[in-house]
Amino acid sequence: MTEVERHNYDVVVIGAGGAGLRAAIEARQRGLTTAVICKSLFGKAHTVMAEGGCAASMGNVNSNDSWQVHYRDTMRGGKFLNNWRMAELHAKEAPDRVWELETYGALFDRTEDGRISQRNFGGHTYPRLAHVGDRTGLELIRTMQQKIVSLQQEDKAEFGDYEAKLKVFQECTVTELLKDDSGAISGAFGYWRESGRFVLFETGAVVMATGGIGKSFQVTSNSWEYTGDGHALAMRAGASLINMEFVQFHPTGMVWPPSVKGILVTEGVRGDGGVLKNSEGKRFMFDYVPDVFKGQYAETEEEADRWYTDPDNNRRTPDLLPRDEVARAINTEVKEGRGSPHGGVYLDIASRMPAEEIKRRLPSMYHQFKELADVDITAEPMEVGPTCHYVMGGIEVDPDTGESTVQGLFAAGECSGGMHGSNRLGGNSLSDLLVFGRRAGLGAANYVESLERKPVVLQSDVDSAARSALSPFEPSDGEATRENPYTLQHELQQTMNDLVGIIRTADEIERALGRLAEIRARVRNVVVEGHRQFNPGWHLAVDLRNMMVVSEAVAKAALLRTESRGGHTRDDFPMLDSDWRNRLLVCRASGEDQVVPDVTVEPKDQVPMRQDLLELFELSELEKYYTEAELTTHPAAQGDTA
Amino acid sequence: MTSTETGVHAPPRPRLPVPSLRTDRWWLPPLLTVVGLSIFVIYATFRAFQQNYYWVEDYHYLTPFYSPCMSNGCLENAAHFGRFLPDHPLIPYAALSLPLLLLFRLTCYYYRKAYYRSFWLSPPACAVPEPHTRYTGETRLPLILQNVHRYFFYAAVIISVINTYDAILAFHSPDGGFGLGLGNIILVANVVLLWCYTLSCHSCRHVTGGRLKHFSKHPVRYWVWTKVSLLNTRHMEFAWITIGTLILTDLYVFLVASGAIADPRIIG
Amino acid sequence: MSYQGQFRVWRGDSDGGSLEDFEVEVNEGEVVLDIIHRLQATQAPDLAVRWNCKAGKCGSCSAEVNGRPRLLCMTRMSLFDKDEVITVTPLRTFSIVRDLVVDVSYNYEKAREVQEFTPPKDLAPGEYRMQQEDVQRSQEFRKCIECFLCQTTCHVVRDHEENKLAFSGPRYLIRIAELEMHPLDAADRTDTAQDDHGLGYCNITKCCTEVCPENIKITDNALIPMKERVAGRRYDPVVWLGNKLFKRGK
Repeated sequence: MTEVERHNYDVVVIGAGGAGLRAAIEARQRGLTTAVICKSLFGKAHTVMAEGGCAASMGNVNSNDSWQVHYRDTMRGGKFLNNWRMAELHAKEAPDRVWELETYGALFDRTEDGRISQRNFGGHTYPRLAHVGDRTGLELIRTMQQKIVSLQQEDKAEFGDYEAKLKVFQECTVTELLKDDSGAISGAFGYWRESGRFVLFETGAVVMATGGIGKSFQVTSNSWEYTGDGHALAMRAGASLINMEFVQFHPTGMVWPPSVKGILVTEGVRGDGGVLKNSEGKRFMFDYVPDVFKGQYAETEEEADRWYTDPDNNRRTPDLLPRDEVARAINTEVKEGRGSPHGGVYLDIASRMPAEEIKRRLPSMYHQFKELADVDITAEPMEVGPTCHYVMGGIEVDPDTGESTVQGLFAAGECSGGMHGSNRLGGNSLSDLLVFGRRAGLGAANYVESLERKPVVLQSDVDSAARSALSPFEPSDGEATRENPYTLQHELQQTMNDLVGIIRTADEIERALGRLAEIRARVRNVVVEGHRQFNPGWHLAVDLRNMMVVSEAVAKAALLRTESRGGHTRDDFPMLDSDWRNRLLVCRASGEDQVVPDVTVEPKDQVPMRQDLLELFELSELEKYYTEAELTTHPAAQGDTA
Repeated sequence: MTSTETGVHAPPRPRLPVPSLRTDRWWLPPLLTVVGLSIFVIYATFRAFQQNYYWVEDYHYLTPFYSPCMSNGCLENAAHFGRFLPDHPLIPYAALSLPLLLLFRLTCYYYRKAYYRSFWLSPPACAVPEPHTRYTGETRLPLILQNVHRYFFYAAVIISVINTYDAILAFHSPDGGFGLGLGNIILVANVVLLWCYTLSCHSCRHVTGGRLKHFSKHPVRYWVWTKVSLLNTRHMEFAWITIGTLILTDLYVFLVASGAIADPRIIG
Repeated sequence: MSYQGQFRVWRGDSDGGSLEDFEVEVNEGEVVLDIIHRLQATQAPDLAVRWNCKAGKCGSCSAEVNGRPRLLCMTRMSLFDKDEVITVTPLRTFSIVRDLVVDVSYNYEKAREVQEFTPPKDLAPGEYRMQQEDVQRSQEFRKCIECFLCQTTCHVVRDHEENKLAFSGPRYLIRIAELEMHPLDAADRTDTAQDDHGLGYCNITKCCTEVCPENIKITDNALIPMKERVAGRRYDPVVWLGNKLFKRGK
């Protein structure tokens, strides 16, 4: 029998980013004992990297804003593939979630009349992003971290123990979800990174909030933690993933020096007046406004510049098109030879506002370029290029409760799918974390309370999970070459970046799948040196399996979707195809291998949008995305036929 | 040096062979501080007890080291506020102001940093171990008395007003009318810099506005606070500059009063 | 452009350890963390180091480079001569776990002892009104990325293990300052700063400010203002006398 440290909790949240912490706060406030497990130290989650802001239609800066406008923007940004119910809940609840943060102690930037200031961002009709300079994510994570401590202080006062009802297990990796006979979640198995010792959480409900998969790509803004653990664990537990082909490449990542390639340059630079230029000094975005957005963006530089000060009478600059459009445009400019010396384009704010203003509005960007690239952004333009930033796809969940297709497994944040459709708008991520983090916490709490008896962990499952976690220490096959996890990770990242990256073709994806199959075979032969105590080689070997599974899901789904939409661009099918709009690609685990299972992908139709929501759009706009048959219920369409 | 049981050598910590791995010349700044402060203290002590060459009768130059001059030993014209202190070799002529100014600088947040680091080596430089086995900081006597800094600030403001008054009276020519010489420029520059040092004080920053919770309800004090804060970022610079200008001003008056040099006159 | 750099990295655990020499390739534009990663990938796969964002935003990769506490991801190699031996060691104020990883739980324990934001009773969510000039002081302290470099460099605990009990360190003193200056926080933080968190131990020697990667003016904007508030409350004879005479205060 394996030696395992055991814990018992009502709800276990995996991941301590924005969604995880918000879920934990909710579950604890419902009176349940709650554990939060995270791979890094508490407070270091990738949410700190979010810069621009948190979208919520509070209407503090422009009172024309409302949840309906936000809803429309979100659906447009996602090219109408979004789960409309999630987009609706998100638009309606985001303001309350932001205001709630103020009661936890958050200090957003203010308007003249003392309310929360809001800034412009790509794809948002009005200034909508609550922000703190360009470090909004840090503010969110710190605020919720401190709220958790505050709840622990209440517990200390009541029970004499800070951790009586809510405990953070930091630097702890979950390697397996466990289920009982009936198929409901019964626990989570993992190890302490520090000591390498095993730990078992017996629980009725797991909330997955592990973030994204960016580490499967070579050029990424994501940290090492983003290995798709939640996606892979859920799949292996039997849950389905949707939309995995949609990967957002943020248009502006740093391109030089090589060691920082991919690090994010906030969209706030463009929101506050920065413009993209090619090597000829031309503001090229005016040439890249796609048909579906024609008429909504400025057509001359003069109009675009007027918009910053007079948004009611001018249209916004195309520099602020949704991220997928801008990323593709930059890609094209570079490919056609109009790029900067290090293979990007120029992002210029230096010539657009005084140095002091830049430092005040974008302090951490100033700092980042000064320290990492020796570039003074108040004096010269930045060089930027696309970087893998966010995965729209994730665990398929019930919009209202966050429950996946597995009983007792909930998901929120980036590792859940549907909310953002084929492309996420900037600023919608932080609000997504808050809205659905809370809902998943509630959903899990309700579920646990409704259980008649707690699901039981089977000892045999614990033993096999332990064996599987330790297998990298013991080469199974004496004949095979011993593989280095760092080398395999590098090859995987290279494959995904080159062949399933921002622009895809069937041929390249097939080649990628071939290489992935080869890497998968070698993953079994990974051998690590040293012992279990804080051993990064071992940690990577374990994470690598997850990266493998999600990479296959992305590639297979990308091959099936024969159109271009949002974060999925097929060179061989460059157009939006209305027949594909309603179709989701669902990924499931299959095959014999428990650790790195095969992935099967099947199409599935979405539930049609509720009538009152459909009526929020003009028929003429919907016609760009929908098939004619889908629009017969729209009042304007009925008017035509009547 | 440090006992092997505490600090960076305490048992649970990583066991490194040396107390500090710093490779730069970390010992230079504390050394310079010791040299700089020592020069000032020696010079100031010598001058404070010299009881001579502090007043230039022709131009009414009074050195700040003797202002206000209140001893019965003071020259009549140099004593702008009366003479009542006993004339004794161990009592400086400016025995009322000098101790207060000394204490103002002694309790100043910048000078505290400077001498804690350089004279007391607590710590000599960042991440370089201090040689003391115990440390209680400013939690008990006598160092807890550093907390009365603001009273010395109030005193320093009054003395700065007096220094300003001295500098104005010094626009004097031997015939009794308006006069202007190099000495005036030095005296005025010194007074301006003294004001900069005094007003950039952290206590000043606190009492003018820092103590408020809501700046928006006190717009005038907020404005003052922003200006004081601006000066405050230069407090260290002003601390050193005024040491220099004090010595320079005093030395100039000393040299002119003793007849070693003549004051170049512009007017009168 | 590339050259072979000389490195000495401390490896070991609570049983002991030593500085090990490595020769590693260094390329243009790299930071010390890149070198550590190259070491992991090529020569020492089990070399333990914490890191996350690699952009100076999360504060995970704190260590000491040539004896100075720094973020590995923000320490550019161009800072050093090509023939210089660069020493990388773990933070020396906390217990060692392994290699460059130390046990930072002291900080989390201290965090719990700071009474959290106390919201005003009469305001509902959405009703908070605060002016920019009233929030910007606290906003500076909220830039803190909790890298704990200030905690590790502060001699009060670095050189005196026994002071860890009474002293919370610069990070948590600025947290108290942040709440004290928060325009809507309802709690009084002056006495607790002095009595429970050891503000009096600080001798304002400014090493915390020197090492802060976010350039927070810890000493000038938080510690000294808090000391002044304590002075006003506890050590100001006029205030004390006034309170006695007019029976003000609590």
